[in-house]
Amino acid sequence: MTAQIAKSSIPGPMQALWNIVRFLLKSPTSAFGLIVISVLVVVALLAPWIATHDPYAQDLQNVLQAPGGAHLFGTDELGRDIFSRIVWGTRITLTIIFLVSIVVGPIGLAVGTTSGYIGGKFDTVMMRITDIFLSFPSLILSLAFVAALGPSLNNAIIAIALTSWPPIARLARAETLTFRSADYVAAARLQGASTGRIIFKSIVPMCLPSVLIRITLNMATVILTAAGLGFLGLGAQPPMPEWGAMIAMGRRYMIDSWWLVTFPGIAILCVSLAFNLLGDGLRDALDPKQMNRK
Amino acid sequence: MRRSKIARWGLLPAAGEVPAPRRKLNLRPIGAQLFTVAVTLFGLLVLTFVIGRMMPADPVRAIVGEDATRETYEMVFRQLGLDRPIWEQFFIYLRDVLTGNFGVSIRTGQPVIQDILHVLPATIELATFAILIGATLGVTLGVVAAVNKDRWPDHLVRVFSLMGHSMPIFWTGMIGLLLFYAYFGWVGGSGRMESFYIGLVDDVTGFLLIDSIIAGDWDVFWSALNHLILPASILGYSSSAYITRMTRSFMLDQINQEYITTARVKGLSSRQTIWRHAFLNIRVQLVTIVALAYGSLLEGAVLIETVFAWPGFGQYLTSNLLIGDMNAVMTCVLIVGVIFIALNLISDMLYRIFDPRTR
Repeated sequence: MTAQIAKSSIPGPMQALWNIVRFLLKSPTSAFGLIVISVLVVVALLAPWIATHDPYAQDLQNVLQAPGGAHLFGTDELGRDIFSRIVWGTRITLTIIFLVSIVVGPIGLAVGTTSGYIGGKFDTVMMRITDIFLSFPSLILSLAFVAALGPSLNNAIIAIALTSWPPIARLARAETLTFRSADYVAAARLQGASTGRIIFKSIVPMCLPSVLIRITLNMATVILTAAGLGFLGLGAQPPMPEWGAMIAMGRRYMIDSWWLVTFPGIAILCVSLAFNLLGDGLRDALDPKQMNRK
Repeated sequence: MRRSKIARWGLLPAAGEVPAPRRKLNLRPIGAQLFTVAVTLFGLLVLTFVIGRMMPADPVRAIVGEDATRETYEMVFRQLGLDRPIWEQFFIYLRDVLTGNFGVSIRTGQPVIQDILHVLPATIELATFAILIGATLGVTLGVVAAVNKDRWPDHLVRVFSLMGHSMPIFWTGMIGLLLFYAYFGWVGGSGRMESFYIGLVDDVTGFLLIDSIIAGDWDVFWSALNHLILPASILGYSSSAYITRMTRSFMLDQINQEYITTARVKGLSSRQTIWRHAFLNIRVQLVTIVALAYGSLLEGAVLIETVFAWPGFGQYLTSNLLIGDMNAVMTCVLIVGVIFIALNLISDMLYRIFDPRTR
């Protein structure tokens, strides 16, 4: 026991994170997910150096060029280099994931923890509202929001965020219910802490890990919804190199120039598969029954 | 048992992202459940009303056009009831919806509900075929994965079904068209049938396969089936991910129980133990899962119908979205919500009826 403590000189949360990563790397599928996501982040950071061409530069003399030669993945109907557009598209994808997550996390936490902690009528009403949002498939509700707000990338992000907080709220509430009668919360209350202070200082930090994991699990869905909106012309607008929008534009030339739709699609597939595999691994890593597995 | 299971899946839901059946409902009497449904429906109406009112586009301008005089504008403004207080507008909306008046589509000039009832059969036909494919695939793979837990078939099934769930379905549809229609020529292309068959068969039920059988026109029937098979397979594959995962986890729960060991010790073959004992015990749970997966198919249907030019509900929704016909869009959203709530209710009811433990 003492030896164990001595060994872990790194702080507790970091140690837990490291344990999870080590567990993930043991399974080939989640290792694959982790690698693809790391590649995605690196490509997005280094996009100007990795891309071979300007993603917006049109070259009307070289339209619909097949892959190979100067253009790794070929060129589109305006002669733009598809590889470079996909590389720059990683930034859009990451931006969507990041913005949706930082909006959804706090909303879900706030709704879930207050409703779980206060309970009673307030809880019933809040959970009813959550249920109403849950009674829609997320793409349909996002469609409705974007239709109302007008098509653009920012509105697509808002719409996706508006539709993906309810599962987080439900999770945060369930977690809160297990903590609200804990001794340390009672102690805080006896010291005269206000409700807001208890929720913010004593309950939210305890819910944070599971909420963060739930957000990670949600990312594949966010990517697919964003791509779907882009495809329908309701998300990122041309000439932005968003992958879904690229597929929509390439659709007209699909029969003769397969590379226009194939490569952006593979990019979406890889990233969403990576997040799904990672999520799958995380679920196993956090399931105590599975943790004992060799 | 089920409660804890569902709770666990509710917290960290399956890759399928279908909301888990509401566990609270199961424990309440049916009257309370119907009340909850009524409240949810009311909330749905509030939501569609709010979304409809928050759009930046001016609904009056959409009707009168850019060059209308001030008088015309204000007349239409009053006709639409926009001069009244917002709560009064909501009650008017509520009254209209309850009396089945969903407004008129700007594009077709017909009542929206009539348009939707006209396109809905095409989607139901597609979705039903898709769920048949998805359920068969999902249940089989789920059982195989559970029986071979942690061995290679399990890993293979996991990757295969996650692939189905990770594919952008509109892209899969296009690649499917490119391969199986344009390159191999195995299936029909876009639409519900070859264009020269359109109008040959009377519209009786709206379901083309049934209509062509009634008319006795087998050429149309085969053409329709030929066009249906690819989009239905792709939709089915994507929905099978959720079914596979749930089947696997339900089966694992059964396999670890003592009656299975007893059956094995008794000398039953492993096929009998799996299919006659374990599987029979999960069929009720499976029915509820398939009902929920059917609802989530609608989401994929919106995208796949756009790719395949399938004249159904999804295409109606997206084409009206792009031209900003909010009456049509909001009614579509409302209908999807109602279908979802109904499927939730049905799956709960089925569970109650067929599972003796809930009585």
